[in-house]
Amino acid sequence: MSNFEYANAPESKTIAKISQSYDLFIGGKFVKPKKGKSFNTVNPATEEVLAKIAYADKLDIDLAVSSARSAYTKVWSKLPAKERGKYLYRIARILQERAREFAVVETLDNGKPIRESRDTDIPLATAHFFYHAGWADKLEFAGVGNNPKSLGVVGQIIPWNFPLLMLAWKIAPALATGNTVVLKPAETTPLTALLFAEVCQQAGLPDGVVNIITGDGITGAALVNHPDINKIAFTGSTEVGKAIARSISSTKKSATLELGGKAANIVFEDAAIDEAVEGIVNGIFFNQGHVCCAGSRLLLQENVMDEVLEKLKKRMSLIRVGDPMDKNTDLGAINSSEQLKRIKDLASAGDSEGANRWSPECKLPSKGYWFAPTIFTGVSQSHRIAREEIFGPVLSVLTFRTPIEAIEKANNTMYGLSAGIWSDKGSKILWAAKQLKAGVIWSNTFNKFDPASPFGGYKESGWGREGGRHGLAAYLESDAKVNK
Amino acid sequence: MIIDGSEASLKKFLSELPPVDQVGVEARTSMLATRSIKTTSKSWAIDLAISMVDLTTLEGADTPSKVKSLCAKAVRPDPTDLTVPSVGAICVYNDMVKIARQELDFIGGINIPVAAVSTAFPSGRASLAVKKQDTQDALDAGASEIDMVIDRGAFLSGNLGKVFEEIKIIKELCGKKAHLKVIFETGELVTYDNVRKVSYLAMLAGADFIKTSTGKVTPAATAPVVLVMLEAVRDYFSITGQKIGVKPAGGIKTTKDAIKQLVLVNETAGPEWLNPALFRIGASSLLNDLLMQRTKLRTGHYASANYVTID
Repeated sequence: MSNFEYANAPESKTIAKISQSYDLFIGGKFVKPKKGKSFNTVNPATEEVLAKIAYADKLDIDLAVSSARSAYTKVWSKLPAKERGKYLYRIARILQERAREFAVVETLDNGKPIRESRDTDIPLATAHFFYHAGWADKLEFAGVGNNPKSLGVVGQIIPWNFPLLMLAWKIAPALATGNTVVLKPAETTPLTALLFAEVCQQAGLPDGVVNIITGDGITGAALVNHPDINKIAFTGSTEVGKAIARSISSTKKSATLELGGKAANIVFEDAAIDEAVEGIVNGIFFNQGHVCCAGSRLLLQENVMDEVLEKLKKRMSLIRVGDPMDKNTDLGAINSSEQLKRIKDLASAGDSEGANRWSPECKLPSKGYWFAPTIFTGVSQSHRIAREEIFGPVLSVLTFRTPIEAIEKANNTMYGLSAGIWSDKGSKILWAAKQLKAGVIWSNTFNKFDPASPFGGYKESGWGREGGRHGLAAYLESDAKVNK
Repeated sequence: MIIDGSEASLKKFLSELPPVDQVGVEARTSMLATRSIKTTSKSWAIDLAISMVDLTTLEGADTPSKVKSLCAKAVRPDPTDLTVPSVGAICVYNDMVKIARQELDFIGGINIPVAAVSTAFPSGRASLAVKKQDTQDALDAGASEIDMVIDRGAFLSGNLGKVFEEIKIIKELCGKKAHLKVIFETGELVTYDNVRKVSYLAMLAGADFIKTSTGKVTPAATAPVVLVMLEAVRDYFSITGQKIGVKPAGGIKTTKDAIKQLVLVNETAGPEWLNPALFRIGASSLLNDLLMQRTKLRTGHYASANYVTID
């Protein structure tokens, strides 16, 4: 060996006991779907089938919603708030104890590197339960009014990019505020949600407080349209978000929608360049770019463009692409063949519109769904790759000459979920943050999350906020609202 | 030439270096610390690390016997296993240089350089004349590497020209006889911006190696400090085509620490720096842990501490 080639360092799969098939989790028990239909979930890194998953249709959803309703009226809404908190603490502790198992299952089902599921997804999901457990008996101090009331039964639909973390973002605040839940995980990543169902049983959570139904978009639509749902919480594409908004428009259902993004990551000339390069890499290649708040548009000040691009390319050559179960992998598999096709289509649109594609040399595995880390330079605002969410490891590089131009370009999008500012100058950072129309703005860092920090978008990036006090408000009705 | 030699041009160059973001540099090193180095790569890394150790004794209580036994250890770190490479160098005070050189030549360590700490080590608080004489003594005694300390007081008070000049003068004294390592004592310079500035300052003044610490001050060779220095040598190479070495010293005690340093090198300056000519680790207790881990990898079990020698 002449170079420092890292030998394989695979995480063991033995800790993950994945069953051959999974039923629906309704009323505290696993039950067979009424029509007996099922679908497979596969490991995107190998295309192997991991398990057979029950497919829920309308009849199953009726059962799930009615079990959530009866749990709400008979048990959960009558429970003293601090008792709700105890359950949440218990769930958080069980998640912590079973963290390694959850990380392995998440990586197998999703394709993300074990380093990320182990160091980011699972610890953050746990933190969300701990954080909200603390809120359960302090809701009158959440700023929603003196005696805030829960809404009832909440329908929740989550995406495949951070399966357990998104579940935690949804379930923890819903339960802390006294609501009961019917949650549908994404079709391609249902396993950690089903494992979480076991955690609910282990924690002795009253039956029906959490119900987990699996299926596809049709299942999700049926849940949204169920008449006995009080609120919809959705994270996913803007297209589906709009459809949900339309279908609940003539009902009393409230909604939080956390949708797409096309975040600008702005590097000013006075930035700490080496750390900015790290931030650019983290911004777009974290989780294969399957991140709604990914820094997918890099805005570089023209006078540092060459330096930044040179360093960025060097740094990208070090990204380790491959087996997600290897502890040294930086970039894992694309979650599904559908998503891979979408990424490829948009990347070819970049080629045909005249942008310059660059990827480091990297060997991609022959089986599974893979896409090399890619940047496009010479991108202009009118290119599709500067406007549409790619949701993959593809970065569009644009330039600007003055700070005002940077802000104008950053805001010139239908999205507004997040943005990044790289500068060593405090006054410039504050000025830019004030001008940017985005729900989350990071300065000199990117993709940092905390349960206490609200998350959500401007414009077509969504409605409402999740996390923090603001996130609680989305699950509560104030006195004032009730009296109206 | 990047600078014209005047203090003004030096200051201008250093002030135009991009800043270092503390949070970012620490995040990068903590991510790299999660690299999992196993089996074949671990055994390769352990041998490389052994060959990079500057085996050091810098005590007031040093005696010729102590130095001689260190030399024996340097040549054959594990007397029961001759496949173990020799260390990178022996590092001593300048009155011990002659003893070390003679002993090494005598016991088959003719290729192992002797490094002398110099210029009023560890504080650097002496006149230039004393610093020069200190260095000259070491060179006369046969040192082929000079580990000089910078005047931290001058650096912190903005007297960059003085720091630069001293390095330049010591470098001239070393000439072709010895490699010059410049010790910053980063624990006293404190900020990463200072580490970046002083790295460039030393490289411009003629350092062959830049070194974190004396080992007498904590914190010493922390991972973020080493990362900033590795970035500096990487970028200096792309500007000048010249490769400067890096030597973390102080606080690297275990095989795990050493491997983390090698990962930093590999993913920052690049594989070309994974070479004792460009990367050294200043240490005393590290060597024995490397030997114990090496045995563990080979035999599958840990030997008692009595199986490694305590020279």
